[in-house]
Amino acid sequence: MADAAIHGHGHEDERSFFTRWFMSTNHKDIGILYLIVSAIAGLISVIFTVYMRLELMDPGVQYMCLEGARLIADASAECTPNGHLWNVMITAHGILMMFFVVIPALFGGFGNYFMPLQIGAPDMAFPRMNNLSFWMYVAGTSLAVLSVVSPGGNDQLGSGVGWVLYPPLSVNEGGYSMDLAIFAVHVSGASSILGAINMITTFLNMRAPGMTLFKVPLFSWSIFVTSWLILLSLPVLAGAITMLLMDRNFGFTFFDAAGGGDPILYQHILWFFGHPEVYIVILPGFGIISHVIATFSRKPVFGYLPMVWAIIAIGVLGFVVWAHHMYTVGMSLNQQAYFMLATMVIAVPTGVKVFSWIATMWGGSIEFKAPMMFAFGFLFLFTVGGVTGVVLSQAAVDRAYHDTYYVVAHFHYVMSLGAVFAIFSGIYFYFGKMTGRQYNELGAQIHFWLFFIGANLTFFPQHFLGRQGMPRRYIDYPEGFAYWNKISSYGAFISFASFLLFFGVVIYSLLRGARVTQNNYWNEYADTLEWTLPSPPPEHTFEILPKQEDWDRSHSH
Amino acid sequence: MAHAKNHDYHILPPSIWPLASSLGTFVMLVGAVFWMKGFTAWPFWIGFVAVLYSAFAWWSEVVKESRVGDHTPVVRIGLRYGFILFVMSEVMFFFAWFWSFFKHAMYPMEAYEGSEYIPPEIYAVDPFHLPLINTLILLLSGCAVTWAHHALVHNNDRKALIQGLSIGIAFGIAFTFLQGYEYAHLLHEGWKFGEDEFYSNFFMATGFHGFHVVIGTIFLTVCLIRAMKGDFTPEQHVGFEAAAWYWHFVDVVWLFLFVAVYIWGTAGL
Repeated sequence: MADAAIHGHGHEDERSFFTRWFMSTNHKDIGILYLIVSAIAGLISVIFTVYMRLELMDPGVQYMCLEGARLIADASAECTPNGHLWNVMITAHGILMMFFVVIPALFGGFGNYFMPLQIGAPDMAFPRMNNLSFWMYVAGTSLAVLSVVSPGGNDQLGSGVGWVLYPPLSVNEGGYSMDLAIFAVHVSGASSILGAINMITTFLNMRAPGMTLFKVPLFSWSIFVTSWLILLSLPVLAGAITMLLMDRNFGFTFFDAAGGGDPILYQHILWFFGHPEVYIVILPGFGIISHVIATFSRKPVFGYLPMVWAIIAIGVLGFVVWAHHMYTVGMSLNQQAYFMLATMVIAVPTGVKVFSWIATMWGGSIEFKAPMMFAFGFLFLFTVGGVTGVVLSQAAVDRAYHDTYYVVAHFHYVMSLGAVFAIFSGIYFYFGKMTGRQYNELGAQIHFWLFFIGANLTFFPQHFLGRQGMPRRYIDYPEGFAYWNKISSYGAFISFASFLLFFGVVIYSLLRGARVTQNNYWNEYADTLEWTLPSPPPEHTFEILPKQEDWDRSHSH
Repeated sequence: MAHAKNHDYHILPPSIWPLASSLGTFVMLVGAVFWMKGFTAWPFWIGFVAVLYSAFAWWSEVVKESRVGDHTPVVRIGLRYGFILFVMSEVMFFFAWFWSFFKHAMYPMEAYEGSEYIPPEIYAVDPFHLPLINTLILLLSGCAVTWAHHALVHNNDRKALIQGLSIGIAFGIAFTFLQGYEYAHLLHEGWKFGEDEFYSNFFMATGFHGFHVVIGTIFLTVCLIRAMKGDFTPEQHVGFEAAAWYWHFVDVVWLFLFVAVYIWGTAGL
């Protein structure tokens, strides 16, 4: 009885389909919706990259022709390179991945679903506004996809200016694809800001009785810090792209040198947002990984308090290092020296986290389940990406590496591999909790190995290409770069296959997966509050707030 | 919701307004693109009305919920947190405009070696005439709102609450009117809406501020109507408090604008 009262009523869900999924005020349903839409946006974005890697597989242009985009190379037919199509793919891939896949999946999906559960809150602080965040995100995604198929520059469809939307190209490009992209970013920004307000308020105001700040689970902490980064950086981006919009449509000259404006100003304001954005992408991943590693090592996470402070330090430092993205624009040496030193400082809290994860595993009784495999993958890939980040932080070294494939390899190792491995780890970790059915272990293991091999095969050779001097953002390259590009493309195809397999595993597990009967189907080291709830949790959770003895097992901090 | 709720948090029934306002936003923005490119303005206005109506209906629901007692003390704390955070995000939005202004004021393009940019002749505006009056008007308006707030909190003096709010709103409208008059005057004297970084920074920074003044005035007017209908008690008046915070935020932005954009920005003209 008491259990039923704490964990909600066992009655049947009487909401209609439309009411449940379109008018939702339920954080768990909204979390699921976020995950589904971000998976669709992710599929679109991944298809773009596979097409790009297909084009880069061999020197010369075989697929993206002005005569029409092809899927099968045809040596007998004429092919004039269509650089615009290439640029559109690059732009759409970046914008979709940054704004419409990774943030919504980690922050919107896992954050919505599990942050309130971990702190024992019955729902979010503003449940209705939570749904506004979601639908604004859908509106933004629709605008972004619409932008790809709208008249843009070079009398073709789509805008090809790169996800950073640098002027003067973003101001001068014709058509209205660019305007739609700007509005897409506006709307997704508004969605994220509303979400951040909601998360911060929930975190501050609705923690279970006795849960002081430094007893909050690490994932919830990571969401809290991420929310602050969103709240303080996204409005600045909104200002910058509003300036772009004015320059484009109303003859303003914020970034037009002929009217006294300065294109470099845009880069500063963009990266003032853009660097915190990088941490917005990765911090929730840190949180998930901490729980996964602790659970499958059967040990409490090593150094909880330093872990929390490391997240906070990374968040704060993220705001003061932005110009390391623009060493080559002609800043003074003093400026470059400052940004270089500040950037390298971030390696310290990041190191604290990586070593704490390793120390958590040390002496543990490690289980090699799929979530843990993805956590291992994360640890390896994120560390590789972090180390190349330290290399790139050197202003002098960056002279050689700027805008080469070395940079592409670096940020894909931290973001595409780091953040995405964290997402997969979280999905397998929580699959049974969210759906009531367990994922298929064999399928998930194959998915891991395919993806791990594919991703490394794709991006590791790009370090070599960068060192050889291959610039990024080009549709074609000379013969000398052919070897590693070929390997990289094979890797991309393997990764794509693993992504399709992932959808297969999810669908199979949803239909045929073993039913989950336990609340906590891992072990006692999965000790946060979501593991005290049935799988899946009922519509309303914690209708009686959890008692401190339900969750508080540690006395160390 | 027929559930046993054993806590003071606010669990909401399903609502159509988030979906409706997002659909409205989508239509409005696609319409804005059509309008800017010279096709038709209709989709923009249809979306705009949808957004306004959804916002109105949504906030009406919030007021109703407050009247039936859903806003327990802990929910009120949450609402305050939420609004303060919203104001912080607004501050960061203005951060971008001030960044642009300070960049151009401190490192003007003509100071760069090799720059061929020649700043245009700009009609000089005297910051200590109309802009100073506007500053005083906005500050007085803030005082009136604070007076209303104190009347409510300390004495539950409804008359002074309504008077204070009315004066605050009247000053707000006067500010908007004078700002509009100043814009018209400056454009008449040859200022351009765009064309140079000076005009760009001036009109976007003061324009966005003016836009916020209009929103704040509407917000205060809603509070005035609610006060006349008998809402707000000395203990429970989150809506009014939020409006007052917003109004003071608008005040402070103006002070920065007055010192930076008006006094510093026009010093060299």
